[in-house]
Amino acid sequence: MAQMNMIQALNSAMDVMMARDPSVVVMGEDVGYFGGVFRVTDGLQRKYGDQRVLDSPISEGGIVATAIGMAVNGLKPVAEIQFADYIYPAVDQIASELARIRYRSAGDFTAPVVIRAPCGGGIRGGQTHSQSPEAIFTHICGVKVVMPSNPYDAKGLLIAAIEDDDPIIFFEPKRIYNGPFDGDPNKPAVPWSTHAKGNVPEGHYKVPLGKCDIVRPGEQVTIVTYGTMVYVCEAAAKKLNIDAEIIDVRTMSPLDIDPICSSVKKTGRCVVAHEATRFSGFGAELSASIQEECFWYLESPIQRVAGWDTPYPHAFEWEYFPGQARVALALRAAMGEQ
Amino acid sequence: MPRLHVPRPPTRPGDKPDFSYVELSPAGAINKPDVNARARDMVEVAVGLVRVLDDKHEAVGQWNPRLEAEDLQVGLRHMLLTRIFDDRMQRTQRQGKISFYMRSYGEEAVGVAQAMALQPGDMLFPSYRQQGIYMVRGKPLVELMCQLLSNTRDMCKGRQLPVMYHWNAGRIFSISGNLTTQFPQAVGWAMAAAIRNEDHIACTWIGEGSSAEADFHHGIIFAAVHQAPVIMNIVNNQWAISTFQGTAGGEQRSFAARGPGYGIAGVRVDGNDFLAVYSVTQWAAQRARMGGGPTLIELVTYRASAHSTSDDPSRYRPKDDYEHWPLGDPVDRLKNHLIARGDWSEKQHKDLHAELDAQVVTAWKEAVQFGALNEGPRLDRHLMFEDVYKEFPENLRRQSEQLAEEIKLNAELGLAAKSE
Repeated sequence: MAQMNMIQALNSAMDVMMARDPSVVVMGEDVGYFGGVFRVTDGLQRKYGDQRVLDSPISEGGIVATAIGMAVNGLKPVAEIQFADYIYPAVDQIASELARIRYRSAGDFTAPVVIRAPCGGGIRGGQTHSQSPEAIFTHICGVKVVMPSNPYDAKGLLIAAIEDDDPIIFFEPKRIYNGPFDGDPNKPAVPWSTHAKGNVPEGHYKVPLGKCDIVRPGEQVTIVTYGTMVYVCEAAAKKLNIDAEIIDVRTMSPLDIDPICSSVKKTGRCVVAHEATRFSGFGAELSASIQEECFWYLESPIQRVAGWDTPYPHAFEWEYFPGQARVALALRAAMGEQ
Repeated sequence: MPRLHVPRPPTRPGDKPDFSYVELSPAGAINKPDVNARARDMVEVAVGLVRVLDDKHEAVGQWNPRLEAEDLQVGLRHMLLTRIFDDRMQRTQRQGKISFYMRSYGEEAVGVAQAMALQPGDMLFPSYRQQGIYMVRGKPLVELMCQLLSNTRDMCKGRQLPVMYHWNAGRIFSISGNLTTQFPQAVGWAMAAAIRNEDHIACTWIGEGSSAEADFHHGIIFAAVHQAPVIMNIVNNQWAISTFQGTAGGEQRSFAARGPGYGIAGVRVDGNDFLAVYSVTQWAAQRARMGGGPTLIELVTYRASAHSTSDDPSRYRPKDDYEHWPLGDPVDRLKNHLIARGDWSEKQHKDLHAELDAQVVTAWKEAVQFGALNEGPRLDRHLMFEDVYKEFPENLRRQSEQLAEEIKLNAELGLAAKSE
């Protein structure tokens, strides 16, 4: 085991897979010589050469499209989109092509591409470096959508993604690259070395795709969340002294609904939380799916915590970000308090 | 052996700078085509390098715009102001007063000479490194600074990263953080000018790295099809964060040469030569206004500073690269030309520098009175919910009310309420 932050863990996942499998290639803007703007691919080009770690032209559509072609020709591309906010020029290639090649060719062709993209706010990135567009991709059938919340999961999920035979959009909440974050920007930053999930095996292991994780067992209410919000929700429940069962979704699509519903049936109360915009966000899918299964067990309406229905405003970052107070209001409502 | 060609920059940190890959033409060597010439008949200007200022600081050749001394002095003033403004704002970022900054150091001739060669009614669609156009069009520095500070006078009402200015009255479009999006938008603006039978043209800028985006193709194909009155600039400053211009396709052919490939005029110009940039822009503007259609201009320059305050170029290129850049420094070159003409002196230059620096310092003192991102008066937080739509929707009214509740609860939970 080694101490790793999320950047090192993701780097290690690609390193392990490039060493094991010569078909794995890494591509993206600034990922090669420079090692990526967040350093996630640092050292990979030195180790594996510039035939396998490619600096791409600034063309997200081109990156995804060529990754598809490479995958069709037997490579395993791990493509980085520098910020999730820059993924939109690639959406046609993802939605119309990547997601459907298996389906439209009845399995004759497949394109198992992994697209990595740092997402989320909390780094003063303004509206073009802070978005969480996961719901756009969970709405597309044929791609899997993943978001880890800690170094251990990040490495295990990325290895599982690279080994998977389907295309995967792998979102990385960049605010927690270096440490867990409870939503309070005024507190000193906490490194991953203080957290159990900062212990990461150096070699190969997998965290299965399509499986959620109960990060904290509890009896009073179920909180279903992912990414940075895992820590915000933990802190808020603790502040209110509520015994919450906290579930980290980890894979949004395909969704591991059964353990979530079992939990809600047990607690009778549910809050779903994410950083992305509320309206038509992934929380709407969670809420609907849970309600369909658990309606007769619910003691109170399912509450949603999310970013506001506005672009991510630079100067109001912490008013936009769903911090502990927003979670607390939802928890109180779920508990039947006002 | 692997066979994939991978472009590599000639030098990396620790190497001796080497710019032998930059194809140069002597000043005055490239002839100026007729403003109505067909694109296919003027490939020379797309692969050569239009230069006016020679090594003796004299203006030579057909592209010499023959500007008056006063115009050149104004150009020097705007470039120097841009540079001083950038330097000061970079320092305020280091002091934590603003969250982010992007300098245009080494590229000041691009925005300044081009904006000066255009008419005030022409519409500009810049990227984030043409602050010189704001200097030329006279935007008060205080207003730019208030945007950088995200303070109570921020033109963007706190919604945008620093440098993402906009100025409709000054005919400068809102800057996007997403690359190349403005390039085809400028073409659309120009198509509308033609549809509405107006004389104004559009002018847009992207970096050479951004020319890899599909929006480059979208822009240039619409411009070519409709012969839109637009000037499309590729600022080839050699670097897109860490990737050099070869990664954007500059290794095999000039960026300007893409123009004739699409059937539009392409001109490759020394981007650090104020006179050449002015002249080429004036030519392209006249061509557009006369119905000759779009021009793709490649401005060969060098990003002398980091990409942004978040970047560290010493990781990927030699530290002393800029000292060896073969096209020199745009401010120095115009200054030396004016001195050679007898229209400027070191003393005047020093005085101008002091005057402009004082102007920037005075503006900063005024701007910070209206607050900063983390201190002083703050924008009303309700503003974050406005302008999503023209009419204020019900869901946002509820969310705005909920935010007020959250802020009360923050105190109860022992969390600092940032906006109170």
